Amino acid sequence: MVDPSIEILVQDLTVRYDNDIALRVDNLEIRKNEIFGIIGPAGSGKTSFLNAINRMDEFNDSMNVQGSINFGGLEVSRVKNVYALRKKIGVVFPLPVGLPLSIYENVALSPRLSGIKDKIKLDEIVERCLIRAALWEEVKDRLQQLGSLLSGGQQQRLTIARALSQEPKLLLLDEFSIAVDPVTTMRIEDVLKELKEEMTVVLVTNLVQQVRRLSERTAFFLNGELVEVGETEDFFTGTVEDQRTRDYVEGHFG
Amino acid sequence: MNSDKKVLVCQDMDVRDSAWYWDKFFQILMLVSGVSAIFLIISIFFFITKEGFSFFFEPFSFREFFLSSVWRPTSLSNPSYGILALVIGTASVTGFAMLLAVPFSLCAAIFISEFASGRVREVLKVLVELLAAIPSVVWGFIGLSIMNPLIIDLFDVPVGLGILNSGIILGLMAAPIMTTIAEDALKAVPDHYREAAEALGATKWQVTFRVVLPAAKNGLVAAILLGIGRGFGETMAVLMTSGHSINLPTSPFDSVRALTATIAAELGETAVGSDHYRALFTLGILLFLVTFVINLTADIVVKGNKRH
Repeated sequence: MVDPSIEILVQDLTVRYDNDIALRVDNLEIRKNEIFGIIGPAGSGKTSFLNAINRMDEFNDSMNVQGSINFGGLEVSRVKNVYALRKKIGVVFPLPVGLPLSIYENVALSPRLSGIKDKIKLDEIVERCLIRAALWEEVKDRLQQLGSLLSGGQQQRLTIARALSQEPKLLLLDEFSIAVDPVTTMRIEDVLKELKEEMTVVLVTNLVQQVRRLSERTAFFLNGELVEVGETEDFFTGTVEDQRTRDYVEGHFG
Repeated sequence: MNSDKKVLVCQDMDVRDSAWYWDKFFQILMLVSGVSAIFLIISIFFFITKEGFSFFFEPFSFREFFLSSVWRPTSLSNPSYGILALVIGTASVTGFAMLLAVPFSLCAAIFISEFASGRVREVLKVLVELLAAIPSVVWGFIGLSIMNPLIIDLFDVPVGLGILNSGIILGLMAAPIMTTIAEDALKAVPDHYREAAEALGATKWQVTFRVVLPAAKNGLVAAILLGIGRGFGETMAVLMTSGHSINLPTSPFDSVRALTATIAAELGETAVGSDHYRALFTLGILLFLVTFVINLTADIVVKGNKRH
């Protein structure tokens, strides 16, 4: 039995695209209700890691995941109902994907799929999620407009609201702030700090300072290898073990 | 206590709920529908082959069939089944039609998609789609009653029915379809490509020629191939405008006879199972194979499109 304070336990994970190894993780724990940061340069396997958790490899014939990912006490690759698994995992992709539905329906989609029909309840969920994603004030008067017509940054926040609407146990954020202005980023970061009371957050980011602001523990990925996991503060006080981690955090890279 | 509950909450990932079963149900339903469509197509192919295949054993001779231009299936004393003239008839009419239709429809598609705007574009699109909906017998009628006297007048020839007439009519028929498909292919090129190129100071034509056309290349080739398939398989309009006489053409004014038109005109008058009947079905096999290859090529080209 897995320790109940651990949300995700990764062991001997290998992600391949065709025959090229994209990521290898021997051992990694993500604890319940923490914000777990993942940093690393492009191509280091961060996104592959998120895709493996969510079983997104089923969308990509060349992607092949081996090893064990344990989520909530169950082996992800052997879960019988993959849709129920994905419902528990909210994902925000780096490029925002506003579905071609109204703003309201974008957020109400997942609750509807779970069978919620009550209009009042849906209204409440939509409002709460949009407020949390720092989008409500901008769109509250035009909820029937197409979500895909919003600006890039607004669509990004719409996807965050959508991910929250499914009430996930685990939230995977893949560079969520890429198209969002700094003020809004700060507002969303504040929300994330509150959210960790309810869920576990995995935050993949290119901004090392964002990890410092948010996460308790951080992993550094490099060239498909998990170089180091540790308390985030250690990354910035220079007490990490690996020289490459220090170099990356301090920006002396490449 | 609390953690026990949490583990329990997660167990439902291992439970197949009604949504999961509905998903499986629809997957199987779609599979059955898809398989039955494939089954139908195979049945059609099987039927044509069954009716025509025995022709390959008895009166069939490779030399006569493909290399002779004497198509005399109804002769009692000396029947002959050479399809060379029919193949050349079909090829010349289709080729001429494509010579006319390809440049026109590509230009029309580029104009509608890249240069026209607002009202003009909407009106043109509707008109082109309307053109595509004109039945082929109406096109044949136009060929007979308008093109025929026009060609006689303009070129001073005794008969206006032939490759020229048939090719123009077929080109007019194929052009709207090719335009529509080509325009769809151009439309599918994302706008941010155009914006990125225009931001470099490229003119509209430069953007079209250097960015949009290469990006839409596969779709455009598919449009042309589907147009060729359309021309190849067209029967009624060709029957009405080509003159329908067996002939190895030497000028664009010569009458020719097409494979499709031959089947349409003769099948009703043959005895089921006779040599003639089976020979016509062999023509059908040939047509089926050629259209199959054209469509398959179009399909492969479009698939290539998706990979990029």
